[in-house]
Amino acid sequence: MMRERYINAALLGGLLLVVFWAYTGDEPFTITLATRVAILALAGVGLNIALGQGGLVSLGHAVFFGIGGYAMGILASHAQSYQPLTLGPLVIEGTKSMPLIWLTAMVASGIAALLIGLVSLRTGGVYFIMITLAFGQMFYYFAISWPAYGGEDGLSIYVRNGFPGLNTLDPIQFFGLCFALLLAALAFHAAFKHAPFGLALNAARQSPDRAQAVGLDPTRLRLIAFVISGVITGLAGALFADLNRFVSPTMFSWQLSGELLIFIILGGTGRLCGPVAGAAMFIALEHWLGGLSEYWHIYLGALLLGVVLFAPGGLIGIATRREAAHD
Amino acid sequence: MSLLELRNVSASYGPAQALFDVSLDIAEGEVLALMGRNGMGKSTTVKAICRMLPTGGVLRFAGHDLAPLPSHRAARLGIGLVPEGRRCFAPLTVAENLTAAARSGDWTMARVCELFPRLAERSGQVASTLSGGEQQMLAIGRALMTNPRLLILDEATEGLAPLIRAEIWSALTRLRDGSDMAILVIDKSLAELRRVADRAVILERGRTVWTGTFETLDAATTDRFLGV
Repeated sequence: MMRERYINAALLGGLLLVVFWAYTGDEPFTITLATRVAILALAGVGLNIALGQGGLVSLGHAVFFGIGGYAMGILASHAQSYQPLTLGPLVIEGTKSMPLIWLTAMVASGIAALLIGLVSLRTGGVYFIMITLAFGQMFYYFAISWPAYGGEDGLSIYVRNGFPGLNTLDPIQFFGLCFALLLAALAFHAAFKHAPFGLALNAARQSPDRAQAVGLDPTRLRLIAFVISGVITGLAGALFADLNRFVSPTMFSWQLSGELLIFIILGGTGRLCGPVAGAAMFIALEHWLGGLSEYWHIYLGALLLGVVLFAPGGLIGIATRREAAHD
Repeated sequence: MSLLELRNVSASYGPAQALFDVSLDIAEGEVLALMGRNGMGKSTTVKAICRMLPTGGVLRFAGHDLAPLPSHRAARLGIGLVPEGRRCFAPLTVAENLTAAARSGDWTMARVCELFPRLAERSGQVASTLSGGEQQMLAIGRALMTNPRLLILDEATEGLAPLIRAEIWSALTRLRDGSDMAILVIDKSLAELRRVADRAVILERGRTVWTGTFETLDAATTDRFLGV
């Protein structure tokens, strides 16, 4: 347990060191890469609550990432064009305020997760995977055929949204914001794991029958976890859209859902900083190997195979020499 | 008035009927022994009470009809189960096993650890690394943490060393004497059941064939239905 804590601290400290090195060496692109790691790790933390704690293999988590992204895109584009969004009697002015956008993204993702969870959690195993994938594809094709917000071409936002007291256009400040949110999500996950709800969810994952025998309702526990997971992933989506100042249907794609799963498996399923390790490894491989060959996914595949076959505890499992996540 | 009432209960595993006509009652604070040879329907009766099987007949607990309830709702009414084979949440620690099941009431972790001091010593240890006896204590503690009105123990001393069995029976005696919780206990040790339980019910091929106090349980009945 202590060992994993040190590794987690080293991992997060390492990310900060890279950013510090990039800042002093005037390497803004490296700061952008580190920001990407922080945001994707945040999305991974969201999925890790559903997958690592609840055992829910969701192949549709990009839905929440995309909803977060489009919440940002829609609100910012209306603020940008000074044209309010009219939904029946409701007239919504756009906004360039990050806190408001985050709140909208989290509420919208949470509602979507609740509705998707109510349907998909009636099933289990491979059926759950297929239903979440189907929802993902529904949202993807809806976004493609939504010309008001760019359709297949996506939607550009010219200026990054603002946060009180910060210059978000400064890469280091935007990184700091994303990193702080990642730390908050990790702290929440750590507390969640050891709280009665988290333990009950873990118990329900291990044995739904035994959990029911002590009065726990596995479906309800999973639904709540799925909603929490969707909310965090939605927040990451809003940040990701702000990082790129662009949203497109690819934020809903099943490939992105797969990548989120890869982060977690690479880092270690259920491990607190598994998504951070996985996202960092993924971005590093994409950056370095992507420069050598456009077929860099082959190496990623080989690494994933190696982890699944020889290190089921993921990269953090290798470092701690423990297979099961229990800290 | 009975806390638990079963009338003409039947139950099946798919096409195979396991219970045909089981009837029993347990009053508040009473200890009832459910006896019978292997395969006669004792564990199936427990599953029927805990709503792990679809059933026919009447099942009432504290005035509630159990039949339409899912398993977790029955447990929340106050039915605490110590399942056959212990079945703790293996990767969770002792303390986490107890916390995961906890509901508000008189039974707290401190009280469970008072009943089983070994659990206090092992509170940070993962359940899968406990000995069989300790896992059994944890399974009982976990059921108690739900603050049940009825505690069901299905073969709680099976496969345990004599010293550990004695410890479990001693704990059950303290539970009987120190609370108004009803207990339904299934075990192969007739001598211990005689010492702990107020009454007994014997099942034979999925039917209730005998009900009464141990004073009225004669050798012919035990010989015929229990093979003792």
